[in-house]
Amino acid sequence: MTAQILTVDDSASVRMTTRMALTRAGFSVVEAVDGVDGLTKAKTKRFDAIITDLNMPNMDGLKMIEEMRRLPNQLGVPILFLTTESDAGLKTRAKSAGATAWLTKPFEPDQLVKLVTRVLAR
Amino acid sequence: MSTIDPLDIFRAEAAELLEQIEQGLLDLEHRLDDRALIDSVFRGLHTLKGSGAMFGFDALAAFTHHCETAFDRVRKGLAPATTDLVMAVLAARDHMRALVEDPAGDYGATGAALLKQLQDAVDGGSGRTEPTAAIDQPETIPAAGAVASTAGDAADKSQMRRWRIRFSLPPDTLFNGTNPLALLDEMRDLGDAEIQVDTSNVPPLDAIKPTDLYLSWVVMLTTDRPRADIEDVFIFVMDEMSLNIEELGPFDPAEPILAWTPAEAVATPAVAAGRMAEPALPPATHAAEKPVHAATGTSQRSEVADSMARRKAESVRVPAERLDELMDRVGELVIAQSRLTQIAASSLDAQLRTVSEEMERLCSELRTTMMVLRMVPVGTLFERFRRLVHDLQRDTGKTIELVTAGETTEMDKTVIERLADPLVHLVRNAADHGLESPEGRHAAGKSEIGRVTLSARQVGGEVIVTIADDGRGIDRDKIRAKAESSGLIPVGAVMSDQEVLQLILQPGFSTAATVTNLSGRGVGMDVVKKTIDSLRGTIDISTRLGEGTTIALRIPLTLAIIDGLLVRVGKGRYVIPLPAVEECLELSLEEDLRSRGRSFLSLRGSLVPFIRLREIFSTGSKPDPYQKIVVVSTGEDRVGLVVDQIIGDHQTVIKSMSKLHDDVSTFSGATILGDGGVALILDVANLVAAGREQEAQLRATA
Repeated sequence: MTAQILTVDDSASVRMTTRMALTRAGFSVVEAVDGVDGLTKAKTKRFDAIITDLNMPNMDGLKMIEEMRRLPNQLGVPILFLTTESDAGLKTRAKSAGATAWLTKPFEPDQLVKLVTRVLAR
Repeated sequence: MSTIDPLDIFRAEAAELLEQIEQGLLDLEHRLDDRALIDSVFRGLHTLKGSGAMFGFDALAAFTHHCETAFDRVRKGLAPATTDLVMAVLAARDHMRALVEDPAGDYGATGAALLKQLQDAVDGGSGRTEPTAAIDQPETIPAAGAVASTAGDAADKSQMRRWRIRFSLPPDTLFNGTNPLALLDEMRDLGDAEIQVDTSNVPPLDAIKPTDLYLSWVVMLTTDRPRADIEDVFIFVMDEMSLNIEELGPFDPAEPILAWTPAEAVATPAVAAGRMAEPALPPATHAAEKPVHAATGTSQRSEVADSMARRKAESVRVPAERLDELMDRVGELVIAQSRLTQIAASSLDAQLRTVSEEMERLCSELRTTMMVLRMVPVGTLFERFRRLVHDLQRDTGKTIELVTAGETTEMDKTVIERLADPLVHLVRNAADHGLESPEGRHAAGKSEIGRVTLSARQVGGEVIVTIADDGRGIDRDKIRAKAESSGLIPVGAVMSDQEVLQLILQPGFSTAATVTNLSGRGVGMDVVKKTIDSLRGTIDISTRLGEGTTIALRIPLTLAIIDGLLVRVGKGRYVIPLPAVEECLELSLEEDLRSRGRSFLSLRGSLVPFIRLREIFSTGSKPDPYQKIVVVSTGEDRVGLVVDQIIGDHQTVIKSMSKLHDDVSTFSGATILGDGGVALILDVANLVAAGREQEAQLRATA
């Protein structure tokens, strides 16, 4: 079973880069354009991992992560967030919202794949 | 799919973000304390920085980073939003655009100067001079810290060391998506690992919360990797966990493997896994299992194609030229199809007719779909004007309010692009010359805020874009005087008001020597007219002295294909654009004779002038006994065109006429008919103008 990954980002170019990297590595990708969209998609099915931007319109990543952690069907799903800051404060806030791991932008596609592989238990 | 360059997507996206930033700033200028706007601008800057860095636009990323840092203080309430700040960020935003368009360009100290300006605006507003740390020295955005490189550290192969790692994770670890098994796997990847789990903290079954983690582990690891690599395994859980890494010294194969005792294990906070529980197994069974992992890797790869197929695209960005190409093909298809229809019509083959009809329907649907693909809301065009008006305000010292309406009206993208320049001219004229100075307005008893209205609405197959100002209006007498003195019209010529106003569209009408309150009105107006003409549009001008001027541009929805009414005049066939056609009437021989000399027809109480195309085209043929009048309109004015026969509606691909026919105003183009013949397309706007002339002359002589 191919691992299904939900990527949430308001930037089409980041979404595309992410998708290209992940599909090349054999993952199947579902995209969402903001927090609200991400949450809606997370309600419909269980994903193997969720990758999200933090700074997004409509609903930001922090809020979305919090909400997702309340969804029974995403119980224990790794939620990775992308951040441009090395700001420890933001990481702590994302972690306490329920995020699993993070990746600092800009990242190489390989780093992303590596991270996703890393959080998915083998 | 494969030819789409992510870089192009980034550029398009950057343009959108810059637009978003600009709009946000312009709005912010009026509502300085609007948190939502500040957030939106910040988000725009932030995303631009992030994506910029991803796609190698380092200069952009670094510059935007500084702007973001400065703006962040405003967002956090450390500095107030001020007009100066808005100006500074607007200027910075322009620099960002340059950096997107030409990342390698030489900008000298522009960036630094802009940042200084921005910094001053932030400091000035907050009354603080302490510099924001990030602005002073350029700082490279840190590369991904999350995934540490493992390659560089492998140098010291000979130095195998033994480590004892004890760790326990917080109870909500599983809930938050961290799988401890993945951590154990990573340690196995580092070297030989013996893993012992401590289950002593697992509560009785009825007290177990299934999502909580109750286990802890002790790992004996033999590896040549440094301590940092071991710590890196726990990077995402480091802050919440308890971790103890002990170096036991160089690896000595002679030493017994079992270097831990259960007593040591108990000393660590105990844990247990609920759902994902790894049962307490003897350590030996947990030694490296690499072959299994490798197998998982290959099976994933084989599913790539599968997942690609399942992926669902929600929207696709397509280069405009591909759409144009497709449009061309559709155009050719429409011509071919109308030939087929013609052939089928003269054939008795029922099957051929059926297929032909089916083709006709499909073609028409395809054409409609194609048109919709190319449509974009005119609002994207209007938004640019907010910046223009903002700048004009600064340049003219007038207070100008830009009102836009009908932004959702959709038009062909190429049409919208070509409309941009004429609209800039018209808006600039309205603001610069149409509107009076604040004092002038005050004296005239008007609000000091001048208003420029941009609106769009669809009427049939046309979109009417209007630019209206509430300024001083255009003085017809002055235009007249000017036109007479420059020899554009003979002195004392009989002209309708509309004709007088249309004079400002003439090339060379306005020069620097024009009367003050008109100056500029004519500058470039001939260029505006030329562009609108090339779009097969028309310009209506209406004005009231002291109350303002409205210029309405009537633009066809699309350029390439029109629905036309095919008519016959004498032996020639002509196409009348269907959107302009209001109705068709019959002109009997008696009526025709009766109306000689005064070519007007009474249509439901209003007088409509009509033109005998036979006369204009000098066919030299006798009129058909039952001629038809096709009533066409351009919105306000109507005119009847007398033709010999109405053949039917006809989907037409417009072919423009050669340069030699540039001065022919009666026709706007030509088209190829189903039988291979050529039909000329009537320029309704010009014919209506001719009708208007007739009417004006009649009024003048009456």
